[in-house]
Amino acid sequence: MKIFLFTSILILLSVQQLHATEVMLEFDSPEQETRFEELLEELRCMVCQNQTLADSNARLARDLRERVYNMVRSGKSNNEIIEHMVERFGDFVLYRPPLKKTTVLLWFGPVIFLIIAFSTFWLYSHRTRRKPISDLSPVEREKAQRLLDG
Amino acid sequence: MKSFFARPKFLIPLIVFLSVAGFFAAGLKLDSTRVPSPLVGKSAPSFNLPLLHLEQASFRPEDMKGQAWLLNVWASWCVACKEEHDVLFELKNRGIPIVGLNYQDEPDEALRWLQELGNPYLVTPVADKQGAAAIDWGVYGVPETFVINRSGVIVYKHIGPITYNDVTSVILPLIEDSKS
Repeated sequence: MKIFLFTSILILLSVQQLHATEVMLEFDSPEQETRFEELLEELRCMVCQNQTLADSNARLARDLRERVYNMVRSGKSNNEIIEHMVERFGDFVLYRPPLKKTTVLLWFGPVIFLIIAFSTFWLYSHRTRRKPISDLSPVEREKAQRLLDG
Repeated sequence: MKSFFARPKFLIPLIVFLSVAGFFAAGLKLDSTRVPSPLVGKSAPSFNLPLLHLEQASFRPEDMKGQAWLLNVWASWCVACKEEHDVLFELKNRGIPIVGLNYQDEPDEALRWLQELGNPYLVTPVADKQGAAAIDWGVYGVPETFVINRSGVIVYKHIGPITYNDVTSVILPLIEDSKS
């Protein structure tokens, strides 16, 4: 079983490796290549919106990959390249949206909800137990007894 | 026993439910495929592209300075472009110059398309194979239509096919505005 798992993991890894080296691109330095790959993971393919430029096979994604590649090779910094893309496609092209007035809720919403959830839980669990409403009066007790006896 | 309404705590789940439902309802109305363009309000990006009908000639957006015009990005493989084709004629008949940027297309197919359906365009520049011009205009799907005013500034971007309603409610008023 262990061997089976191990081999299937190996196969999966090699498949990914194949995918990554589908097209051989030349770079001036390994640093350039990592930057290129990082940028492709940061940028969204605008056509197939839930894929990065690295994942997508859409025509636009290919064109954009080429542009990123040329910019990396011509010595542009990551910031310059990202700026270049945002100028054309807007913040949506970024997988990590920048922190702005309009994105505050997007960034901190989950934390806020978590705080609400934990504090509600804490309040409920630490509350003193409710006392029994009140003891029955002798008359009520008699009545209850009568009902129970049928 | 206290009345139901005297215990507002019972209302909390209802309030939570309604607010979540409100977000979902708003979300249903949003179309995530229509991303606002950061180019609106900026100068139209430049390019210099050969024409579909006459390869030796070329078109630059600067050629249109002094008049309001539309840049319509289209392709013969694009089904939605067929949908808006009649609407483009409507715009043409109203005297609005439309430049048809032919995108990621085969010239033969594009020419045949225009022959069959009619040509609403003033000129049809052909986008380069690397898509450089289209990237500069932030084009990510066809059809897309830009409204450019007399001073060469993009005032509006329409994503997807234009309808007659869009013509009267959005595009014509914008053209009128940019004339004054």
